[in-house]
This record gives sequence, C-alpha cells and structure tokens, in this order.
Amino acid sequence: MLLESLDVDAGVFADRTGWQVKPEGACWADVCVPLPPTAHTGAGTLDVPSVADRLGMPLVHDEAHGVWALGPATVVNGRALPSAVAPELVLPDSNGNEFRLSSLRGTKVVLVAWASW
Amino acid sequence: MVTVALDVDPDAARPYIEGARPDHPSLVDQAHVVDELFGMVNVPNGVWIDEQGVIVRPAEPAHPGRNEVTESFRTIDVSTLPPDVAEVLVEARKIRTDPDGYVAMLRDWVEHGRDSRYALSPDEVVRRSRPRGLAEATAAAHFELGEHLHTTGDHAAAIPHWREAHRLDPVNWTYKRNAWEFEDPGRQGRTAAYDGCWFEDVKRIGAENYYPPLVP
Repeated sequence: MLLESLDVDAGVFADRTGWQVKPEGACWADVCVPLPPTAHTGAGTLDVPSVADRLGMPLVHDEAHGVWALGPATVVNGRALPSAVAPELVLPDSNGNEFRLSSLRGTKVVLVAWASW
Repeated sequence: MVTVALDVDPDAARPYIEGARPDHPSLVDQAHVVDELFGMVNVPNGVWIDEQGVIVRPAEPAHPGRNEVTESFRTIDVSTLPPDVAEVLVEARKIRTDPDGYVAMLRDWVEHGRDSRYALSPDEVVRRSRPRGLAEATAAAHFELGEHLHTTGDHAAAIPHWREAHRLDPVNWTYKRNAWEFEDPGRQGRTAAYDGCWFEDVKRIGAENYYPPLVP
C-alpha cells in the first residue's frame, strides 16, 4: 500500500490490504489481531507504524521521494491467505471505473491474472 | 470471470483488452495488488471464489485452454533461428502446463459447486496459498514503490526498488518480468539494470519448475 502520510483512513486501509479495523482489532474475516490504543489517531484514522508493527507489515520508506509502501501482513500463519474468505479487491477497469470484487457476491468468480509482458 | 492485467503500464495491456472485447470485468493492476492479496507470483494464475465470497482454490497456474503461440514452440525448427533465440525457445519448451486439465476442473466446479472434487476446504485453501515471510512481504512494498516512481515519471528511481524486490522474492515472476520488460521489451534479456533475465533465471530453476504442477 503506497502512503504519502503515516496516518491512513481505516476504510482505505481495508480496501487495499484486506484488513478491516473493528472493535476487536484488525480483522481478515474471522481472523482478528488486537491493535494497541496507539493505532487509532482519530475518527476513522490509523497510525500506520502501530498497525504495521502489530500485523508484521513491512513499512519501507523512500526518503528521497517522501513516500512509504506498506507490505502485506506476516504475523498470522506464514501464508498469503490468513483465511479462505476472499479479501475485497478494488481496482480500476480498463475504462478507469472502480470495480469491487464484492459486487459479484452471490455468483461464482474465477479471478484470472494475466499480463502483456 | 474477472481478469486482472498485472501491468505497471496500463497502455501495454489496453490493446489486448480492446482486442478481446471482454464482456466480463477486465481490470488493470499497476501495483500488482493481487500478488499481495491472493499470493500470485506468475501469470496466468487463477483463484476460484464461491457465491459466499469464500476462496475454494487459491492462486495456481490457470491456462485457459491451449495457446497457439506456445503450442508452436514445440514445432518450430530451432536450427532456423538465431542462436540466442533458439536457446530461449529450447528452454521454453520445457515449461509444463496443463490447460486441458485446468479447464476440465473449472467446468466441473461450475457445474457441481461445493460438491466438485476440485473445490477445496477452507483449511486446504489456506494451506495451499503461497508461503509468505518478511522477505516476500518487503518485496511487495519495494515493488509498489518502484511502480509509483515509474508511474510518476522517475523510472531510474524505480529500478533500485525493483532490484530489491527481485532479491527478496526471487520466485515472483510478475515482479521480475514486468521490470525486465521496460529494459528489453519482448525479450527480457540481460541488461545493466538487473542481475537476472528471463532466460538465465528460468534456466537456473529449471524451466520445468516455472509453473508448479496443477494439483487436483
């Protein structure tokens, strides 16, 4: 997740990482990791270093360009998927319109990655 | 069906999408978000998700039927090719895919749903998702920084981040191939920018290991 600030909106964080912040902590479906009080910086905003530390997300800083990138969580099970529940996926379609994977709930989905290269 | 083009440069994917004129959602993923969220490391890769939003097969090779181009690799007379092209083709011929098997499995799931023998339990889905430690997770962060810097106009600054992504996650072919493509389009041969290239890296692991076997 690319960051230009170390405060992030919890909804934006959930859409990009799959981890939703709930009263019990950061949750991927029913897998929840408690967060420290320092993780919450205001109404609906998160302190990225606190959350990153608790979820084992590497936070890489490019100081010259003033940006950070947050990698995926590593603390749960040592696997890419903490749970079999699919995360939200928010990406633009080829016309630039936002698509949400959850919009297809109720139908079978085959998600296929390809590339031009 | 939802397709996702893992292309830092969306203009590179666009002609293929427009040519296919898909009637399904056709997404463009410049930062390779699906690598992170679903544990993909190569293309084509597929994930099956049921009506309740539960993954029933995690990322795995997903060749959607036989491909005329790759099929032709097996019949081309390599003695007619320049040596550097011939050696790549000889290696590429060793790559193992199972397009017939994948499509048959997919059709079975579409017909039988949860009763399909190819629909895995949640525990098995998690177990089969790729291992991820701090190195692989850090590689994802570096790849995304590189994508951001390239996209905002500083390609030279992207290269060190992509080199680091390659070092930390050497089996992630999407990170490697998308970066190599900028330096040597269409060939992904050795350049000064990176320590590896397609031919050398594939030869090192053995082309037969480029895709893991499709496990029913």
